[in-house]
Amino acid sequence: MRPFVRGLIGLGVLLLVWDGVVRLGLVAADNLPPPAEVGARLVDLLGQEEFLRDVVATVLAWLIAVAVAVAIAVPAGLILGTIPSVRTATRMLIEFLRPIPPVALIPLTMIVVGSGPDAKIFLAVYASIWPILFNIIYALDDIDPLLLDTARSFGHRRARVLATVALPHVAPFAFTGLRLSAAIALIVTVSTEYLAASELGVGAFIITVSNSPNSMDDVLAGALVIGVLGYLVNEVLERAGRRMFRWSDTTRAEALT
Amino acid sequence: MPTMLEVRGLAHRYGSYAAVENLSFTVAEDELACIVGPSGCGKSTLLRCVAGLIKPTAGGVTLHGDPVDGVPADLAVVFQDYSRSLFPWLSVRGNVEFPLRTRVSNRTERRKRAEEALAWVGLEAAGSKYPWQLSGGMQQRVSIARALACKPALLLMDEPFASVDAQTRADLEDLLLRVRREHGSTVLLVTHDIDESVYLGDRVLVLSKSPASIVADLTVTLPAQRDQIATRGSARFVELRTEIARLLHDRPGAPPPPNAANSDALAAERFLAAEREEARQQSSH
Repeated sequence: MRPFVRGLIGLGVLLLVWDGVVRLGLVAADNLPPPAEVGARLVDLLGQEEFLRDVVATVLAWLIAVAVAVAIAVPAGLILGTIPSVRTATRMLIEFLRPIPPVALIPLTMIVVGSGPDAKIFLAVYASIWPILFNIIYALDDIDPLLLDTARSFGHRRARVLATVALPHVAPFAFTGLRLSAAIALIVTVSTEYLAASELGVGAFIITVSNSPNSMDDVLAGALVIGVLGYLVNEVLERAGRRMFRWSDTTRAEALT
Repeated sequence: MPTMLEVRGLAHRYGSYAAVENLSFTVAEDELACIVGPSGCGKSTLLRCVAGLIKPTAGGVTLHGDPVDGVPADLAVVFQDYSRSLFPWLSVRGNVEFPLRTRVSNRTERRKRAEEALAWVGLEAAGSKYPWQLSGGMQQRVSIARALACKPALLLMDEPFASVDAQTRADLEDLLLRVRREHGSTVLLVTHDIDESVYLGDRVLVLSKSPASIVADLTVTLPAQRDQIATRGSARFVELRTEIARLLHDRPGAPPPPNAANSDALAAERFLAAEREEARQQSSH
């Protein structure tokens, strides 16, 4: 519980600084409303059906994007990590595609798939494939050869060794990739809603309200919703990961405390 | 006694580097044979050839009369590095059940045999723990239980006690002697420790520096019941270990080079790297 309390203290300090900056007049209250005002606005918004529909639209698009990314990246990672010839053949292509920022693909996406939910799902998938894919490939590179020898020495054939040794070894790394991907997918989903003139979604809400004067409380309330969503998902995944992979080096130290 | 393992004219080279050359020996059923040699002499290569993990360049291995091509079904290996050879995601019981997955289809039967094997090494209470929750000595007992659980015709051990402290090592040695007495296993154990080879073995095969070949094949004429203090203090024990030490260190015609220790370590490293490379290539085809 102590780390949680400490985290709250950090959050409290941020809110105090924010409040202080506004009170001291360092920033005009119209441009940066104090936290209490934004909080009140948020409570207000959460009672409006229209806003809730935006939140649901974002969450749905995001969930679908993460699911599709997993469905593509996991098999692709396993194939690339175990068949060197496929990996060398695709290396250039992947290293070319990976650094392209998804927002740079928004115009192309809008022309090809329109500006509906497909567009933001497509771009979020594109951006969130990489962490899962690369974590799996690197984890496969990293398997201790002695573990493979052990499995082989008990008469396991190659396919069985893959299933009984490679998969469980890779799982915690793939899961870490999923956690990173979930955060990226949320960012890209909301950015696309904002930039691609979506009809629904928290990003669409933010760009709509920002066109009217003195609406910074709305904008920040929208941002707050995204922040809380991201925090909750990371928290849930982290806890789930710690439970599932108690044996793993990456989570063991935390599990023992 | 019938022959369990026969190694004939075995040779293995990595590129132009010969690790093992023209090795021939047999191990009888129920025998515990120790192979002792300087580090980096190709002992592990030999053991891997016997296990079918690597294909020898020349010569052959037969296990109870069947030529070894690929890993034989009734063979088990205990490696030196228990911490890297136990599966960290499986419980102790899960690890011991692992080799039974392909051998015993019935779940409850598997569980029963795993519990049995754990009892042999005195770990019946640790079944649901994870390997990393156990001490080094206990982890190595788990790998021994795992190897014994599939009742192998031949148990191969590659420096099994080299990574534990002296007291644990003595305990594990006695555990191995007890378990093989109770269950009549045939064991081929590779070590660089002369005392250990004499203490454990019915026979000691002394290997030369690389490329490894057999310098001597000694029968250990010590009573079957060994004792860490009495046996190690007996005149016969001292005689045997002195003889082996001479064979290893003052081989006529082969004076060790001045930087012998260093070159041994280098050779060991080279072999390991070459083996990994080979394994990688094999698995990518």
